[in-house]
Amino acid sequence: MNALPPERIAAPAARQSPARLALRRFLRHRLAVAGLIVVVLFVLGAALAPLIATADPNATSWSAIRRAPSATYFFGTDENGRDVFSRVIWGARASLAAGFLSVAVALFIGVPIGLLAGLAGGWVDALISRIADAMLSVPFLILAIALAAFLGPALENAMIAIAISASPVFVRLARGMALEAKATDWVEAARALGNPPWRLGLVHVLPNIIPPLLVQATLSIAEAIIAEASLSFLGLGQQPPAPSWGSMLNSAQRFLTQAPWLAIFPGLAIFLVVLAFNLVGDGLRDALDPRSEKR
Amino acid sequence: MLRWLARRFAQIIPTLIVLSVLIFGLQQLMPGDPALILAGEERGDPMVLAQIRAELRLDRPLPEQYLNWIGNVLVGDFGFSWRIREPVAKLILQKLPVTFQLASMAFIIAVLIGVPAGILSATRRDTPTDWIANGIALFGISMPNFWLGIMMILLFSVELGWLPPSGYVSLTEDFWESIATTIMPAFVLGTGVAGVLMRHTRAAMLGALAQDYVRTARAKGVAERVVVWKHALRNALIPVVTLGTIEFGRLLAGAVLTEQIFTIPGFGKLIVDAVFNRDYPVVQGVVLATALIFVALSLVADLLYMAVNPRMRQA
Repeated sequence: MNALPPERIAAPAARQSPARLALRRFLRHRLAVAGLIVVVLFVLGAALAPLIATADPNATSWSAIRRAPSATYFFGTDENGRDVFSRVIWGARASLAAGFLSVAVALFIGVPIGLLAGLAGGWVDALISRIADAMLSVPFLILAIALAAFLGPALENAMIAIAISASPVFVRLARGMALEAKATDWVEAARALGNPPWRLGLVHVLPNIIPPLLVQATLSIAEAIIAEASLSFLGLGQQPPAPSWGSMLNSAQRFLTQAPWLAIFPGLAIFLVVLAFNLVGDGLRDALDPRSEKR
Repeated sequence: MLRWLARRFAQIIPTLIVLSVLIFGLQQLMPGDPALILAGEERGDPMVLAQIRAELRLDRPLPEQYLNWIGNVLVGDFGFSWRIREPVAKLILQKLPVTFQLASMAFIIAVLIGVPAGILSATRRDTPTDWIANGIALFGISMPNFWLGIMMILLFSVELGWLPPSGYVSLTEDFWESIATTIMPAFVLGTGVAGVLMRHTRAAMLGALAQDYVRTARAKGVAERVVVWKHALRNALIPVVTLGTIEFGRLLAGAVLTEQIFTIPGFGKLIVDAVFNRDYPVVQGVVLATALIFVALSLVADLLYMAVNPRMRQA
């Protein structure tokens, strides 16, 4: 039997870190990259809203009521003569803020509690798990509506409501992963060395569960954006006259026959940004977890 | 089987107790005094405020309020609407059949689209059929259903004039008219679930088609059609049945916005109207009822799983 040439013995894949490999797998996923580009464009649009918007989003105008889309008004004007294009651009702020912030809060609430449940076990785990079960037994949107209703209508309250409603998913995910990690040799070894439980959770378990958390967080952002739009549509989120895609759709409904463009553009914005986050989430899942790659 | 049921109930009961505490606790989030809200113009009159507090037992300590509330809930008394002046349980029972009709139709549409699309894309994996089916699923999952609803009204009611844009006729009143008023909202409501079902059916079918018994069947020369429809599909559908039952519960939540857009007087419209009227007992009642339906559905899902999967019966 011939000896292998040296370059085949040193496997080239071994030199790359898992993160690099994941990045490469992600970049190969064309739809996911397209999704990421759309997300970046929306984030830039929201950040640079004052520069991109062609008009003051709240400036009403008697002479420009319900104008159809044109070169002056890209997306037309609404029932108060406000420029829809500028309102859609500014509205991205409310939607993206709700998406990112509420999921960030949900992570901050859910992950430590889930890790605690998984690592502590016993009655702590039982109590936390029952609370998470109870919250998950109320459908996400209904829980968010109820919380927002009791907190009062405001964008901040809508975000709090969404964050709380989204957190049990992370509790469950972190708990499950902590249980799985607890059974592994490296955590066992760390425990044998006398590490306290908080250190086990923070240093040894958390870094290993980041990939599934990242995937879930991306998909949760998509859900949170829909939830914010839904709450604003119902009047429980962003309050008028501040622009938000959901509340724009609500008022558009009254002028469907006369001014259909009012309903088309804000909805299209929600759809595109949610689609983009879902694409990124799917791509991340395939890239970060080789096991789940399409069979 | 009995042991399993006992264990399942041992898990459900604490969950329900925690749930009741959480729903009762919602009230505490309210900024300000409910008595002031209810008194309205008479808020300056301490007599009125005292009367409201006594009537609603707001002057009692919290644990007592909770025990009183949960005691009533257990005998089917979900409280009394502040605004409509009717028992909350009665209002819910009145609206539930409407939403149930809508959700059932949506579910049928979702199954009719999602399951065949999933099978097709699994059997024709990596072909244009697969890509199109995946694209449609992603579309269904990402589409905010209230926007889809508005767009469909724009097309089918405003432009084409085929279907009524809003309103509801009950099944007993006029069957076909009832279908005409609910078909569009049901489709809107069903698209998201169709996408989820398609993805799960596809994954389950791919899993089943990779099994040894499928290879054996093919090796024996069984026709591909029989392999797919009889050998693989029957096994692949087991998880899909469980998931489908739970997805039915999600339709109830989706109905909130769909009913709002098509002005259908169901469960979802009830909670939204209650939110605007600050009719908090109704909000609490609807949340509690949805959670109970959801818990019941997940129990049904488990039982169905046992029914369709003989291996589970010994457990």
